[in-house]
Amino acid sequence: MSAATWGLLIATFVACFVEMVEATTIVMAMGFTRGWRSAMAGTGAALVTLAVVTAIAGFAIASWLPKSALQLVIGTLLLIFGLQWLRKAILRSSGRKAVHDEDAIYRAEVEAAHAAGQAHPGLDMFSFIVSFKGVFLEGMEVVFIVITFGLNAHDVPVAVIGAVGAVLVVLLIAVLAKRPLAMIPENLLKYGVGLLLASFGTFWAIEGLGTFRSGRQSVSWPGDNLAVLALVAAWFVLSRIFIAALRATGDPAPPAVPDAVAKVAP
Amino acid sequence: MKIVRAFGQFWYDFIIGDDWKIAVAVLLALAATLALLLAGLDDHAVAVIGAIVVVACFAVSLAIDVRPTNHDRH
Repeated sequence: MSAATWGLLIATFVACFVEMVEATTIVMAMGFTRGWRSAMAGTGAALVTLAVVTAIAGFAIASWLPKSALQLVIGTLLLIFGLQWLRKAILRSSGRKAVHDEDAIYRAEVEAAHAAGQAHPGLDMFSFIVSFKGVFLEGMEVVFIVITFGLNAHDVPVAVIGAVGAVLVVLLIAVLAKRPLAMIPENLLKYGVGLLLASFGTFWAIEGLGTFRSGRQSVSWPGDNLAVLALVAAWFVLSRIFIAALRATGDPAPPAVPDAVAKVAP
Repeated sequence: MKIVRAFGQFWYDFIIGDDWKIAVAVLLALAATLALLLAGLDDHAVAVIGAIVVVACFAVSLAIDVRPTNHDRH
């Protein structure tokens, strides 16, 4: 296997791993408090929906857009996602934002599950909807990463293998641990994924600007694909500078409410 | 209408997320880079300057996030 293929596999695995940990926390909270049947039904429905979305979006993007336009659309979205992840990582590392805490998210979800009252016999809609939204929302970013990285590397199957591998590993850890996956260094992984997304996003978005000139030829980078490595290094160094500068100035912000809780409230 | 609004809200949350400044920073940076490209600058120069502009726009959006507010000063 080539270095590029390994890079694709690792990038999709890590990105999917992080998102799956968050989704698993939500599903576990529903399963342990309101019963597994509805939680698993919601999870299954979300996975089927994600598979359909992947197939349709992948086909549409690959078939309808010229190469440079594809790079521009994909690169711009990846850059937005990547910089959002990087922003949160910088704020967390500099003490300006509460670190992502799966235990806190789990407790909040359990509280919400209790507050929703008695679980209904048969299909419990509260548990079903919260599980569905948790898996679907976290999964959408994975779908996007798999499609974009896979299409650009002309190797969607490897990207899918990376994502499915991550799903299986997280499920295995969850089954063995039987508790929220707080032991996973999620903040560090998110920082890494943010760096990757920001770097590939910068590379592809600027390449794709060529779609606006006659001939629609992509903008070429000095060093071609090797420029991605330079971008990874540059974003890493810059993020460390931002963290150091923010640590040196001002008081840290008060801890924030866990993001994931607000996102999946029915 | 409710479904359309919910659909739009979903995509807004998915793409823009909880900080609209990042999306604006990216779009402004790419627009500036496109202007350089259309002005006839060499590809390699466009790529390097474009990356620097992206970083600069990101830095500005981060600076806005962490700037002291009136509430902090009192």
